[in-house]
Amino acid sequence: MAEVLVLVDQVDGEAKKSTFELLTAARRLGEPAAVVVGPAGTAAKLTETLGKYGATKVYAAESDDAANYLVTPKVDVLAALVGSAAPAAVLASSTAEGKEVTARLAARTNSGLLVDVVDLDAEGVGTHSIFGGAYTVKAKSANGTLIASIRPGSVDPEEAQGTPATEAVEVPAVDGAKAAKVTGREPIVGGDRPDLTEASVVVSGGRGVGSAESFDVVEKLADVLGAAVGASRAAVDSGYYPHQFQVGQTGKTVSPQLYIALGISGAIQHRAGMQTSKTIVAVNKDSEAPIFEIADFGVVGDLFKVAPQLTDEVTKRKG
Amino acid sequence: MTNIVVLVKQVPDTYSERKLAAGDNTLDREAADAVLDEINERAIEEALVIKEANEGEVTVVCVGPDRANDAIRKALSMGADKAVHVSDEALHGADILQTSKVLAKAVGTVEGVDLIIAGNEASDGRGGAVPAVLAELLGLPQLTHARKVTVEGGTVKVERETADEGITHLEASLPALISVNEKINEPRYPSFKGIMAAKKKPVEKLTAADLGLDGEVGLANAASTVLESAPKPPREAGQRVDDEGDGGVKVAEYLASQKLI
Ligand SMILES: Cc1cc2nc3c(=O)[nH]c(=O)nc-3n(C[C@H](O)[C@H](O)[C@H](O)COP(=O)(O)OP(=O)(O)OC[C@H]3O[C@@H](n4cnc5c(N)ncnc54)[C@H](O)[C@@H]3O)c2cc1C
Ligand SMILES: Nc1ncnc2c1ncn2[C@@H]1O[C@H](COP(=O)(O)O)[C@@H](O)[C@H]1O
Repeated sequence: MAEVLVLVDQVDGEAKKSTFELLTAARRLGEPAAVVVGPAGTAAKLTETLGKYGATKVYAAESDDAANYLVTPKVDVLAALVGSAAPAAVLASSTAEGKEVTARLAARTNSGLLVDVVDLDAEGVGTHSIFGGAYTVKAKSANGTLIASIRPGSVDPEEAQGTPATEAVEVPAVDGAKAAKVTGREPIVGGDRPDLTEASVVVSGGRGVGSAESFDVVEKLADVLGAAVGASRAAVDSGYYPHQFQVGQTGKTVSPQLYIALGISGAIQHRAGMQTSKTIVAVNKDSEAPIFEIADFGVVGDLFKVAPQLTDEVTKRKG
Repeated sequence: MTNIVVLVKQVPDTYSERKLAAGDNTLDREAADAVLDEINERAIEEALVIKEANEGEVTVVCVGPDRANDAIRKALSMGADKAVHVSDEALHGADILQTSKVLAKAVGTVEGVDLIIAGNEASDGRGGAVPAVLAELLGLPQLTHARKVTVEGGTVKVERETADEGITHLEASLPALISVNEKINEPRYPSFKGIMAAKKKPVEKLTAADLGLDGEVGLANAASTVLESAPKPPREAGQRVDDEGDGGVKVAEYLASQKLI
């Protein structure tokens, strides 16, 4: 069986959940081979976990350059492996970086590219959910190696025992005139809440929340529900909540079991990022707000009255 | 002197309903109003700010059908100096890789380019890939998803911000390619004077053949093939209640009835 290369999405030697999703999808197409690109020592920290999700091999591409330049070292390593291992496919997470790596790789290896698929079958047919979930589109690669980025949170990770052997591969030397040097990083410090794209419940606040301090009301409800916190662009633009929590057209796409929108009007660009949620609950004092057109349960009222009462009620019911 | 190329794309307005054409699954450009993508207004704004500080020229490059001319005029009325517009029936259905190839050739017609500025992600396809591929094809450093850009002498510094990685500080020598995110700036409105002046600014029209790409681009040559597409049924509104002092309790009851709590 041919190998399927999986670009490991990791921070400081810890794999993100999306990596396990990629390994699970890779098993449908062939033998998953995890590719770790990072500073020396990164692969060793990851091998055991990667094995738990069925990796049969770990390619360790380790060097200082790998961490000190943006995107290109990963493309260089994967392109070399596409040449030497002739994989059936190359998969990466559909993050900003994953999209860039796969796109450059496809250009360099003259291969078909599928961007941001939400499913991938054994024949290599990818499913896209576009225009904020308004359309489902199926596509396949027509040239070369299948190269795809998969939207985090769209494949259920399944464990499968593998005891991967590690194979060191070279990180080709970086040409400084063609690459961007990383001079510093300020990674997102994950709080105690679940990740937006992974959470089964998301509670979001909009401009109606009114200030950064009052986002407390949103957070308290999120915490009793074990939810992630999201925000509309208006809330982010007004400085109520950080950018990485933006949901919508130009923010994250979420598809949880339950989405609660507090003080969000439901502009089409916001809906584009959340309308595939299983159940939608909205609280808005304007009975005409478009969010009610897609809400399964809507309350016309003041979020500062409704949300705290809901928080108390959920706490009570949990006993 | 900084010579800047800004890549602009005309997209279906996100405020209107967007559709795919039933026949060949390509974007139905007639179905929705077409506008200059908002992120590209920010790209133009950034180019103008850099030009105002360092002098130079701003050239708009656009690949799209004839009516994309409206988007180009808007860019020119904001203050860009001239434009290159690649419009060709043969490009119908071009994918990310092909579009990037065409853009690379079109950028190649502009002399002495120091900086290419794109949007980070178009609002139609949400590919977020063209800038990276263009950097690949042109052999330029890519400094993408910028929320802050500084050009000093022959160096460009960028604060990259993405929702997954947080902030990454980047540096490269010119020439280079950057893409901007929506945090970068607030774009200016075209002034009346700007709109009048734009009418006289040069727009060079090119075809795929002019760029030597005849027979290499378009739906038939795409590296990926769409097999089928289907609209999802729209969501329907469910129950709605007025808060009479028990709104929170009512939501809890609903959630319990759905076994969500
Ligand atoms: C290209 C483009 C991309 C965009 N991308 C995004 C995106 O990714 N995400 C996004 O969210 N938006 C996006 N937008 C912006 C979008 O169009 C809206 O402007 C935005 O979603 C509005 O946010 P909001 O609902 O919080 O604010 P508003 O539209 O101002 O709505 C606030 C709501 O709060 C209600 N309210 C006020 N006070 C209370 C109270 N005390 N109790 C209950 N309700 C109250 C009001 O009735 C109102 O309905 C984009 C726009 C464009 C053009
Ligand atoms: N057809 C096009 N013409 C000009 N610029 C484009 C075109 N397609 C993409 N771009 C540029 O690339 C950016 C990202 O687009 P995308 O990779 O399609 O999400 C856009 O904001 C534009 O700056």
